[in-house]
Amino acid sequence: MTKFKDHLGRPVVAVTGIGVVTSLGKGKAENWAALSAGKSGIHPITRFPVDHLSTRISGMVDFLPSSTKGASALTYDLAETAAEEAMTEAGLDVQDFGGPLFLASPPMELDWHDRFAIYNSGKDKPAPERLLEVARGLNSLDMFETSQFGSIADRLADRFGTTGLPITLSTACASGATAIQLGVEAIRRGECERALSIGADGSATAEALIRFSLLSALSTSNDVPQKASKPFSKDRDGFVLAEGSAALVLESLEAATARGATVLGILRGCGEKADDFHRTRSKPDASPAIAAVRAALADAGLSDTEIDYINAHGTSTPENDKMEHLSLSTVFGERISSIPVSSNKSMIGHTLSAAGAIEAAFSLMTMREGVIPPTINYDHPDPAIALDVVPNVKREASVRTVLSNSFGFGGQNTCLVMAREPV
Amino acid sequence: MNAHDVVITGIGLVSSLGEGPDAHWQKLTTPGVKPVLDAERFAPYTVHPLPEIDWNLQIAKRGDQRQMETWQRLGTYAAGLALDDAGIKDNEELCTTMDMVVAAGGGERDMAVDSDILAASETRNDRDVLLNEKLTTELRPTLFLAQLSNLLAGNISIVHKVTGSSRTFMGEEGAGVSAIETAAARIRSGQSTHMLVGGAFQTEHADMLLGYELAGYLHRGDWKPVWQRQGAEGGGVVTGSGGAFLVLESREHAEKRGHRIYATLGPVLSSRARRARGELQAGIEALIAKAQLQGGEVLTISGASGSHKATAAEKAVLDAAPGVAARGFSTLTGHMKEAQFPFAVALAALAIHHNAGYPPFAAGERDFAGAPETVLATAVGYHHFEGMALVGKAG
Repeated sequence: MTKFKDHLGRPVVAVTGIGVVTSLGKGKAENWAALSAGKSGIHPITRFPVDHLSTRISGMVDFLPSSTKGASALTYDLAETAAEEAMTEAGLDVQDFGGPLFLASPPMELDWHDRFAIYNSGKDKPAPERLLEVARGLNSLDMFETSQFGSIADRLADRFGTTGLPITLSTACASGATAIQLGVEAIRRGECERALSIGADGSATAEALIRFSLLSALSTSNDVPQKASKPFSKDRDGFVLAEGSAALVLESLEAATARGATVLGILRGCGEKADDFHRTRSKPDASPAIAAVRAALADAGLSDTEIDYINAHGTSTPENDKMEHLSLSTVFGERISSIPVSSNKSMIGHTLSAAGAIEAAFSLMTMREGVIPPTINYDHPDPAIALDVVPNVKREASVRTVLSNSFGFGGQNTCLVMAREPV
Repeated sequence: MNAHDVVITGIGLVSSLGEGPDAHWQKLTTPGVKPVLDAERFAPYTVHPLPEIDWNLQIAKRGDQRQMETWQRLGTYAAGLALDDAGIKDNEELCTTMDMVVAAGGGERDMAVDSDILAASETRNDRDVLLNEKLTTELRPTLFLAQLSNLLAGNISIVHKVTGSSRTFMGEEGAGVSAIETAAARIRSGQSTHMLVGGAFQTEHADMLLGYELAGYLHRGDWKPVWQRQGAEGGGVVTGSGGAFLVLESREHAEKRGHRIYATLGPVLSSRARRARGELQAGIEALIAKAQLQGGEVLTISGASGSHKATAAEKAVLDAAPGVAARGFSTLTGHMKEAQFPFAVALAALAIHHNAGYPPFAAGERDFAGAPETVLATAVGYHHFEGMALVGKAG
């Protein structure tokens, strides 16, 4: 008989629907085909001119109807597309989800094109006053909503019939994982039987790219875009800015079983720990990342010997990959060299607010398909990072459990432990 | 009484009225107290400006102060006040195990750079190239982090060493509601023993006003109390700079360390009325019904923004609820967006703690004599999302 309660007496949380969009394509099938073929979605930027930019490549999603309509519209489109796929797979009514919504999405700002339009339809006054004066005359709800942090979730709640007040959150690059964690916690506390967790990020604007460039965070390997993201390589030179989304339908295993839903995997544990060291750098001893990994294992009720595969944060920045290796080798000891550790970001780039959710979705697919996606562009291994990164080519393997890491700017670290089967 | 009851043991407040729970209690219980207003700097809008703050008192390193724009500094400062008040500040063991949920906005852009780009756009059609040219050369590299939503929490970790966990919720007043609701749920379920929760809003920046004014939400012309702006010029919202952080603990945790308990946080309720379908008033009524007010006089700390439709709906419901004596604190502090609900809960806790109500904040608010048993706190968003909480006796 299936056990519906975990080692701490809480409801077991199952995944019954998954949706994904990345630069590799729309939907799980397209993404999985590309991912397991070791194909890169990184390409030259065409959405805006690249004059004066030191990074001219990205993993933008350029094929959706909203791809040219600004960060708010695209983020909504990405979230909606992934959520619809997930809910359809779960066999749920896409207009009446019947559970809460947790959305990881980027902070919102008025789009520059709107800013230009407002400014240039007024005159004389200095910019701050002029923008305000024109704005109040326009009274444009559409433009207004692109500047409200809660609007995307509000629209999604209308679209999918989620219940209650939707939560929009940001824990930087860990956001997607946090959205899943919030859903897991709500089900465990018995607040709901199912939750919709989405990570979506369509905010790769010129300004976003420039901001990360100014922090020296981005790869400038423009010449061969698909080779730019090279986690764990000696010559890694930064992450590649990217867009995408993933949605998970989370459900108590008991409710999923009762309605005869197909269980795609189990969300066994979540762990988090904040870093107080620096705004962009992690503590040199990796203690917060170590604590987050250990917290996730403890929450899952698994020991470090029971993890079959690690879906790395693996951003391809010099700093992250080194710190991540230190944290993993500390937690897993000598066994780390025999655990496969790969980075999806080698192919899709860093999807920021969406990354934790996308990589959780890929982790669940890895277990179901029995195929570990590779870390591509692993041509010059970093000798200081002795990991089995599943170099360049996918690997068939029976994977029962996965640890997925997400470490954010601002010190927010979240790790998820997933399992193929209920215990 | 239960070991996992949620109790309030620390309050950090900043507004135009001053800083700290005592200063706010003194001001707000002085009958006829006048708001601090600045009607000049952002005319035709009036704002409630920040009081003078010695940042060094809560953010010791100048280097840290420089890494934040005013909003992050304000939040980090208010969080420090709450930690101090709870007797947790500098207690390494308690800070490193403390969980945190911050309700954040963000986006304090560099107005000088933006103005320069906009001015150049009057004579250039290659605006995308213009953006690249100016932003790559004029943006201060660290500004991105200094205005980024999740970096208020990041700075609280760095400055105050709160590192159990760190989550940032976004979405105007609703973010503040969800932050408190989630924090309380974690404590009730035994998932957390002590939490820091709150938010801040710094309105003295043209972009922060623009966030309201794109839909015409700001009140213009002569200042009026929050309930009296219907029909006046503009949209009814007068904003204020401020912040509110709370330390929430399980009763067991607070009692074990012997710290003063201000009040007990009862049910926290939230909703998303479909306002476009005219469901707001019914939504607020449903929340009040769920709160199950126990009859008699009920002091209500309302976070009403002044936004015409939302505040009219809230007022209609509160006026019709038997025994409710509402205090619209935005009259005296202005609307503080993400901090609005934490601020309301803090004022409710102070009334419980002092065993007394507040005098009316403006004409038309009914008297409340006697000692409050339970205080209702509300935040009905100026545009979306609603929340309420009941705050009761310490023990």
